[in-house]
Amino acid sequence: MLQEPFAVGNSILHRIDPRMRIAAATVYSVIVALSRHFPTLATAVGASLALIMLAKLRPRDVVIRLIIVNSFTLLLWLVLPLTFQGSVAISIGPLSVYHSGLIMSAQITLKSNAILMALMALIATMTLSTLGSALNRLHLPDKIVHLLLMTYRYIFVIEQEFQRLMRAAQIRGFRPGTNLHTYKTYAYIVGMLFVRSALRADRVYKAMLCRGFKRKFYCLHQFRTGKEEWLFGTAMGVAVMVLIYLEWLKAGV
Amino acid sequence: MHISEGVLSGPVLISGAALAAAGTAIGLKKLDYDHIAKAGMLAAAFFVASLIHVPIGPSNAHLILNGLVGLLLGWAAFPAILVALALQGAFFQFGGITTLGINTIIMALPAVLCYLGFGRMIFKSPQIAYLAAFACGFLAILTSGIIVGLSLIFTEENFLEVAGLIIAAHIPVMIIEGVVTAICVAFLRKVRPEMLPGYPG
Repeated sequence: MLQEPFAVGNSILHRIDPRMRIAAATVYSVIVALSRHFPTLATAVGASLALIMLAKLRPRDVVIRLIIVNSFTLLLWLVLPLTFQGSVAISIGPLSVYHSGLIMSAQITLKSNAILMALMALIATMTLSTLGSALNRLHLPDKIVHLLLMTYRYIFVIEQEFQRLMRAAQIRGFRPGTNLHTYKTYAYIVGMLFVRSALRADRVYKAMLCRGFKRKFYCLHQFRTGKEEWLFGTAMGVAVMVLIYLEWLKAGV
Repeated sequence: MHISEGVLSGPVLISGAALAAAGTAIGLKKLDYDHIAKAGMLAAAFFVASLIHVPIGPSNAHLILNGLVGLLLGWAAFPAILVALALQGAFFQFGGITTLGINTIIMALPAVLCYLGFGRMIFKSPQIAYLAAFACGFLAILTSGIIVGLSLIFTEENFLEVAGLIIAAHIPVMIIEGVVTAICVAFLRKVRPEMLPGYPG
């Protein structure tokens, strides 16, 4: 089932104006993504952890998500230290582990975890409909916001449609395996899913016209930027400045 | 197929974002307000289809179907895939803000290329049509893999082995995507041909 486990909460971060959170998350992730030195990256991981604490997310959910994301990092740890050319750190029999490969893997691991934790604390703490409206207020093109909200609205419906098709197949004795029959069945299920989506889109569009759709999508959320928002904005600004300073300090050496 | 946060270098991320913005702008231009409901619904279906895991021997892989989405949406595949990836990021934190651009290119550029290359063959004789549909599914994943590989190599030359490994690991996925896309197109041709590009009726 699709869920947004972090979206509902009552922490300070949940209450901050979504527009401010989106702006902060964007600047912060760009700066972290461009950083390369360990003092910066370690500080970033610390700052992201602090954000997670502030958002009072359930540690279990956070860890589960990080494990999934880190499966790719694990692949890097397995491959990079063995293939990177450069100075050899350790030799085990015929294998040599390269120093720069280890450093690269560590950099990527710290970076991706820092960025994703900040994302969970700042963006995943709002529902998608809030996100859409906030993006609308941040002057993203109307059409893309409309498309985002439309897709979000129907993802759950289409997912249930898929579950229904799957149940029907299972009741008829469908058991997936590595054979053409399985791929055929899945292809028909997917085809049917697309057909029903298109038919539903027709009905929805007609219903929208009946309700007076005038090629504009109105976002009704009201946002307010007050003292808390500016405080949060300043704190994030300071954090970003510290990261840039640390990076600049190392680059100068 | 996507690249997680923190892997790629600044120039690669920025070029990815710029290209994705250009593609999305073209897609949005070609997508008028009357078709947003349909594009959104198909983006939702694309998102759900990517949750389907099909068995491959002892392992399994999830469907991607960007080739099929390209056939169904044409240039509108760009905004639709961008939105689906943003939703994946929001639901599962698979990707974040800085990689949204490059990941959109990875998935949507092959989709549009397949549409441009094979869109006109879908209503030719069955053999040609199904071969074109297979090529769509197969080549879309291959192209995605190549873009992933290139963005890794442009980040750091020593990523060559990882890039090769990723493409090689996706060969079974390419075959399955080809087969599923071909059968799916055959199905749509019978059930609802007007959804496919170049419908003569």
